[in-house]
Amino acid sequence: MPQVTLTVNGQTHTAEVEGRTLLVELLREKLRLTGTHVGCDTSQCGACVVHINGESVKSCTTLAVMADGANVTTIEGLAKPDGTLHPMQEAFREYHALQCGFCTPGMVMSAIDLVQKNPQGLTEQEIREGLEGNLCRCTGYHNIVKAIAAAADVMHGKRSEIARAAE
Amino acid sequence: MYDFAYHKPATVADAVKLLADPDAKAISGGHTLLPALKHRLNKPSALVDLSGIAELKGIRRAGNAIVIGALTRHVEVATSAEVKAAIPALAYLASHIGDVQVRNRGTLGGSVSNNDPAADYPAAVLGLGATIHTSSRKIAADDFFLGMFTTALEPNEILTAIEFPIVDKAGYAKMKNPASRYVMAGVFVSKSGGNVRVAVNGAGPCVFRQAEMEKALAANWSPEAVAGIKQAAGDLNTDIHGSAEYRAHLVTVMAKRAVAAAG
Amino acid sequence: MNVVAPFEGIGASVRRKEDFRFIQGRGAYTDDFNRQGQLHAWIVRSPHAHARIKGVDTSAAAKMPGVVAVFTGADMAKDNLGGLPCGWQIHNKDGSPMAEPPHPVLAVDKVRHVGDPVAVAIAATREQARDAAEAIAVDYEVLPAAATMADALKPGAPVIHDGVANNLCYDWHIGDKAVLDQAFAGAAKVVSLDLVNNRLIPNAMEPRAALGEFDRTTGDYTLTTTSQNPHVIRLLMGANVLHIPESKLRVVAPDVGGGFGSKIYHYAEEAIVTWSAGKLARPVKWTADRSESFMSDAHGRDHVSKAELALDANGKFLGLRVHTYANMGAYLSTFAPCVPTYLYATLLAGVYTTPVIYCEVKAVFTNTVPVDAYRGAGRPEATFLLERLMDVAAKETGIDRVDLRRRNFIPTDAFPYQTPVALQYDSGNYHATLDQALQSADWAGFEARRAEAAKRGKLRGIGCSTYLEACGIAPSAVVGSLGARAGLYEVGTIRVHPTGSVTVLTGSHSHGQGHETTFAQLVADRLGVPVAQVDVVHGDTAKVPFGMGTYGSRSLAVGGSAMVKAMDKIIAKGKRIAAHLMEASVDDIEFDRGTFRVAGTDRTKALVDISVAAYVPHNYPIDELEPGLEETAFYDPKNFTYPGGCHIAEVEIDPETGQVSVANFTAVDDVGRVINPMIVEGQVQGGVAQGIGQALLEACVYDADGQLLSGSMMDYTMPRADDLPPVSVATHTTLCTHNPLGVKGCGEVGAIGSPPAVINAVVDALRDFNVRSLDMPATPAKIWQIINGGRRMAAE
Repeated sequence: MPQVTLTVNGQTHTAEVEGRTLLVELLREKLRLTGTHVGCDTSQCGACVVHINGESVKSCTTLAVMADGANVTTIEGLAKPDGTLHPMQEAFREYHALQCGFCTPGMVMSAIDLVQKNPQGLTEQEIREGLEGNLCRCTGYHNIVKAIAAAADVMHGKRSEIARAAE
Repeated sequence: MYDFAYHKPATVADAVKLLADPDAKAISGGHTLLPALKHRLNKPSALVDLSGIAELKGIRRAGNAIVIGALTRHVEVATSAEVKAAIPALAYLASHIGDVQVRNRGTLGGSVSNNDPAADYPAAVLGLGATIHTSSRKIAADDFFLGMFTTALEPNEILTAIEFPIVDKAGYAKMKNPASRYVMAGVFVSKSGGNVRVAVNGAGPCVFRQAEMEKALAANWSPEAVAGIKQAAGDLNTDIHGSAEYRAHLVTVMAKRAVAAAG
Repeated sequence: MNVVAPFEGIGASVRRKEDFRFIQGRGAYTDDFNRQGQLHAWIVRSPHAHARIKGVDTSAAAKMPGVVAVFTGADMAKDNLGGLPCGWQIHNKDGSPMAEPPHPVLAVDKVRHVGDPVAVAIAATREQARDAAEAIAVDYEVLPAAATMADALKPGAPVIHDGVANNLCYDWHIGDKAVLDQAFAGAAKVVSLDLVNNRLIPNAMEPRAALGEFDRTTGDYTLTTTSQNPHVIRLLMGANVLHIPESKLRVVAPDVGGGFGSKIYHYAEEAIVTWSAGKLARPVKWTADRSESFMSDAHGRDHVSKAELALDANGKFLGLRVHTYANMGAYLSTFAPCVPTYLYATLLAGVYTTPVIYCEVKAVFTNTVPVDAYRGAGRPEATFLLERLMDVAAKETGIDRVDLRRRNFIPTDAFPYQTPVALQYDSGNYHATLDQALQSADWAGFEARRAEAAKRGKLRGIGCSTYLEACGIAPSAVVGSLGARAGLYEVGTIRVHPTGSVTVLTGSHSHGQGHETTFAQLVADRLGVPVAQVDVVHGDTAKVPFGMGTYGSRSLAVGGSAMVKAMDKIIAKGKRIAAHLMEASVDDIEFDRGTFRVAGTDRTKALVDISVAAYVPHNYPIDELEPGLEETAFYDPKNFTYPGGCHIAEVEIDPETGQVSVANFTAVDDVGRVINPMIVEGQVQGGVAQGIGQALLEACVYDADGQLLSGSMMDYTMPRADDLPPVSVATHTTLCTHNPLGVKGCGEVGAIGSPPAVINAVVDALRDFNVRSLDMPATPAKIWQIINGGRRMAAE
């Protein structure tokens, strides 16, 4: 069986996998990182999005062997070791951008990539279009869009902390 | 998925050798192949991962053309300063393929080799009159796309790069399938001197050129020139999202918008 | 320094407690659980809509690598397992009971829809189980299928269930037909409309999953499952299917990734993994692929109706006549029969004073996936019918569409209001929600926006819907008389721990609704315990005494009320303890947010003093009072609750492509008292997204042979961020008069009110094309056809 060595959330792992093993299966089943979810089988929903070498990728459409040597970040690896949340995580909570929580890990990972790739800032429409690869059935996206805009301000240094949501 | 052997050759020559097995399949980004494998629609004996082949990567200017390596990801084409300057319509097209995650993984070679009728790239390849470089030869775009999921590539022939000529003007417009977000009807137009090309994707079983529109645009490069030209619905696709007649109508609308976008 | 604790009680937008785990990937959903020695199940499903099973050959599969067992319907029959039960019995017009054909867990003689489970392969890994499932050879004799209700009702149609004549499940009615006919005879105007309420596929983001376990030492079974109501599953599966007493069966519904109704029902896979785990004495897990979800989760809606409204010369409604065909699919799902009857026809008065209503409903079996409640369940169908009919009636009477609605509103001083279709509304103010919505959406300024859009080549339209719905289906005695085979109360336990923190055990189940926060706020408000010190436990039959679960926007109105009752018992007991401690009379003890006080004095005891005394009863009235501070209450509501409001959609159409985009959406809802405004707003926004999805995007499509054409997210249009507008949400409150919190429910209003608002707006945008009837979803192709057809007619 092929062997893969990859860094996940800063830790190096070596695992034997089948050729057909998907990255998401490696993460969930071998590494027990169950925060990354599987919501569809057609690469549409984005519940499985992780970062490979800093870019958002659908881990259900990536073979584990193809991630050999890669640096992978999952939702579990976002908060700092001291527990400080990533601004995107904080913003999702502050803006009630999640309900059932199932799409949330993928949504957060996609959102971070989207914000990082757009240092010039994002309009509401650009955020909506940037979420084309992520489905949420609970929120209607309204609060997700707001949370991403609020997190972007912090990630780009325009604010020091997440702005409070309007009451 | 059914299980398979996995190979990651470092050179095109090695990849060609591995693909001599008729049941082996090449994979790069995997965004077309893996969903099919997950549904067990395909049972390859081996996957030959091309992503380790350095010579297939990169974007470079070569004379009056942009040559893009087969392994170049959509995001790289979309954000390439070189492509944006030389053929902005190509960068635009690449920036609208699938979603962000697809663009972060999917490759030019994978998309064009697969020739999904609803994919974006084939429209640019045919609409620009590009030349396809393979492990053994060069193929003109007009000779490359043979039918639904069918190209002129031999089983163990690998698409290595595509040479896109730099044209005077080019534009792309598409209507997306509301569910899959693949192309329901798209039109890529280009003009280089007196040479006009109009390629239609999504609407039919395979990307095709729209001769009547080409003729009209050669005479008068403006959206109005194509506004009255009706695409025949005969061979176009019908599905739960739209009839052939609707797609035929969209071809005219998208042609107008593509010309307008080209300026 | 004086630190003022933030207000966390009723009315505060407390940020959600549950979010800490979800935003860090620490949620625990069913598929996240893995047990020692666990096996994986893959279900063999019928590829045919209708076929006779001539044989199932499992011999090759049984020898495949990793395979531990292969089971078929015949194996289940040997163990005398029951079929999947239906929880509601409807009676026909003639008083006879509905047709209720068996629903085997694994098909035995026939398959009746694509996706019908036939066999199960159980192996060490999921892929091995799937490999084995492919090797199971099922010999089918394909039969003609009835994919639509029209096909199923035709003379000579395929017989889906032996003994069910004409594939008719029931022929039911409500109202007085003779009186109605009289009303029509005297009408100045009759407006009629044919409608289709499109079939939907719920698609909660978490696919269904189930994990069965069996403890050989105790003989106990545990099922971990994606359920909205674990106690109901325990009851249905234990009593009807597997014959396991409740004491031996634990059902756990951990974090659940959305439900929207689709996870209410008892599904075959739950019984399969539990039974298999017992047979093999090993844990067995099944997780659906999304493709399986499409063909095995209960679908929603799917009505075909004819509505006729009689009006007098002033536009006052005289009577409403409705004939509806409701698709049940191939089998009766758990609550399917009540959806098009008691959750639909009883809502046909809406917010209007229509004096006479008659509705006839024919429920039909077809060779499709079973259809059951999906967010709103019956009420969206009723609302769509009424609110489309309002706009058509307005047009045909020449009365302004807002004015026509106002003329017929139930007056604000008419509550309690008895409708002609059995319900008694307790409160509401339909003028107020309408006024607020019209103002917020700038209805008056619309024509200027339409003109501006026209300059850009776009067709702009505006539409409204003034809706009403019924939540918290109850009381038990009434629903029992209407055919429910269960009670519809809820259970809450309040456990005040010795040092003052509180555990709430609730029979409601949260799968996105935020109960862990909202319910904690109820405790903070009443008992004065900070939200951080209140833990809400739900979803485990081993922990929570009993429960009926979460659906029909019932959790706060019914589950929250049970908690209030239990808290009242805590306070009553606490007063007796406080009286003892402060040597006062119980009658003199007052309680307010955590403090017991001897009335008119400064002598007080905090709740924690009482809880310490209760668990360390050294100084305690032990002769008259048991130690401990824990109380359980069952709450059976006196009535439904009746949220209502007004939704306004503004759309723009690209006439070249037919693409509709929603430019603005305004919702003003009366959901009763609001506990957490942030959560209410989120619930409405999510519901509206599903309503816009139904109106513009989503369609479950079968071909004539019963093959599901919209069988994946490649073909079934799920609303994405760029399909939807920002949704403006406001509330206007009238209190529910019969529950202690005054709450009504907010989970479904969005999905109920929004579809007709959107379609009315689309029809308005197309006002130059003379559109009378427009079925959902209003896809680009459909709109282009209308525009193109209109232009063609104009040209001819």
